[in-house]
Amino acid sequence: MEPINEVKVEFLAKSSNEAFARVVAAAFVSQLDPTLEELADVKTAVSEAVTNAIIHGYENKPGYVKMICLLYDNAVEISVIDEGKGIEDIELARQPLYTSKPEMERSGMGFTVMESFMDRVEVFSEVGKGTTVKLFKAFKQHGK
Amino acid sequence: MQVKFSNKGTTLIVKVFGELDHHSTEYIKQKIDGELIKSRTKNLVFDFSNVTFMDSSGIGVIMGRFKNIQKLNGKAAIVNVNGQVKRILEMSGILKLIPVYDNLEIAINNLM
Ligand SMILES: Nc1ncnc2c1ncn2[C@@H]1O[C@H](COP(=O)(O)OP(=O)(O)OP(=O)(O)O)[C@@H](O)[C@H]1O
Ligand SMILES: [Mg+2]
Repeated sequence: MEPINEVKVEFLAKSSNEAFARVVAAAFVSQLDPTLEELADVKTAVSEAVTNAIIHGYENKPGYVKMICLLYDNAVEISVIDEGKGIEDIELARQPLYTSKPEMERSGMGFTVMESFMDRVEVFSEVGKGTTVKLFKAFKQHGK
Repeated sequence: MQVKFSNKGTTLIVKVFGELDHHSTEYIKQKIDGELIKSRTKNLVFDFSNVTFMDSSGIGVIMGRFKNIQKLNGKAAIVNVNGQVKRILEMSGILKLIPVYDNLEIAINNLM
């Protein structure tokens, strides 16, 4: 499968850019004429991945978050990439309710939300190097 | 993001406007906690009719406020949630502690 379109953006790891990332991803995906619900799914998953990069990856220290969106005929693949501290145990991190920051009132539901709103979530990480989260979703062909 | 408060007896109603994400959590936590310590408050109702977006950061905000109201021996509820928000709430298991009601009246009656 060859992508039909691609967007790359890079932004400072600041919480005010979370909304920016959501809107960019939603606007890009809109080319496929998704339903409002599908659009909300993408926004939510992107918000989770970008928030994680900011609070866990960079732990609020300066850094850049990169987002690469690939568009296919009826699907999207969004990579959210940080060069932060990395994840030691990915399997543990993906468990529902697991959080390393309970004192920040995190609920440990981010990965679970991503998994339930997208079709596939892949996590690549190296301690001290950073983390890449790949979010994949196919859209129902409607109105075509 | 904006929050507006009103009172019905000893119930504090928190109406949330806009997007509830990590960026807005500090602000909303401070606002609500500041209001909670006012003496008359016993129970807490979140009115989500004007929430346009929420991710898992919202779960943390709701759970944190729930713990605070529990210390005052109070209860909490949520009203007017859209489908997306409902799914996230269901996933988190939070609804066992904090029920969702269709509207304010039902919530307030059930909290009393
Ligand atoms: N980009 C990242 N860099 C480093 N660690 C991460 C990253 N993303 C996730 N993690 C780790 O995985 C854990 C689980 O992430 P998840 O998003 O599921 O929960 P959370 O962020 O802790 O809480 P919530 O998303 O519900 O507010 C985090 O607590 C953190 O330890
Ligand atoms: Mg998270």
